[in-house]
Amino acid sequence: MIYLLVAWAFLKIGLFAIGGGLVTVPFLFDLAEQYGWFNNQELTDIIAIAGSLPGPVGINMAAYAGFYAANLGGGILAPLCEALPSMLIIYIIVRLLNKWHENKYVQMVLNGIKPAVLALILFAAGAVAKEISFNAISVALFVFFISAMHFYNKNAVVYIILSACIGIVLKI
Amino acid sequence: MNTNKVTFLQIFFTFFKMGLFTFGGGYAMLPLLQSEVVEKRHWATEEDLLNYYAIGQCTPGIIAVNAASFIGYKLRGLAGLICATLGLITPSVSLILLVATILNQYMENVYVQQAFGGIRICVLALIVNTVWNMWQSSIKNVRGYIVFAGAAILLFVFNLSAISVVLLAAIAAFIPNYSRRKKP
Repeated sequence: MIYLLVAWAFLKIGLFAIGGGLVTVPFLFDLAEQYGWFNNQELTDIIAIAGSLPGPVGINMAAYAGFYAANLGGGILAPLCEALPSMLIIYIIVRLLNKWHENKYVQMVLNGIKPAVLALILFAAGAVAKEISFNAISVALFVFFISAMHFYNKNAVVYIILSACIGIVLKI
Repeated sequence: MNTNKVTFLQIFFTFFKMGLFTFGGGYAMLPLLQSEVVEKRHWATEEDLLNYYAIGQCTPGIIAVNAASFIGYKLRGLAGLICATLGLITPSVSLILLVATILNQYMENVYVQQAFGGIRICVLALIVNTVWNMWQSSIKNVRGYIVFAGAAILLFVFNLSAISVVLLAAIAAFIPNYSRRKKP
């Protein structure tokens, strides 16, 4: 029964998360609230671990989140179910609709959704922020990290490892 | 280009390798695809790849999976598509499950907790940075600002689910734009 729930939850994420890995985060926060498979703090840790290991971040998060929901079985089922809609959609696109993305209505919907997706990700950021105790040090670190990310654009792994070391040194 | 000789195992292990050596998700995989799929194996052209990414970006799902599916399908049809995707996700899923099994025993450790205290700040920065990077390509006009504000209110004030917000935004896309002048 739990496997059916996990499969259904991640099929929906695979179908509705348009734009790749981090876009699935707000959907995962919905799962945290709806089913309680993991709490917001655990989910924040999942995002970090998924981002520091190899592979597509969305798939990694699904595997870890599925593991929290239903152990190994869930950890295998969740990424498969999240990948399934993409596979089907690509299959349909190459089979049937060669020029589908030039279609006026498809363009309208895709462009119309983009601003809402931004709001979704910002909402997820709010949920992560709730897990952080804000003081002078954490705010300074946040400003440091976001400027470094934006202007030097190094791989996320570099920043995650750096932040772990800083966390231990400063006893955050 | 001879695609007839490509075996399912070759497809699986080529994408297995890419899944194992890509850090940072979809876009980080592009240079690997270029060297492995375009230059070494000639399974696709550079232009194909960019098209796959453009389509992957605006279709549901994980961008890396979309790109792998395209190439797999091109080589051996539906079975090739499945091999490519399974190859891509197998290494990372195995690693994640290994880490999950081990790490869950150490989550109470003081140093692990302090490390994650630092990491959480970094994750917040990562997510906010994603919004910052996507802002210009996503919100281009007044309509975009209105949809963004509407979605934000529905999420933060009314606690609507992510799926409902995406569906509402898709419906809102059909509302005609009266502010647009037809004649210049």
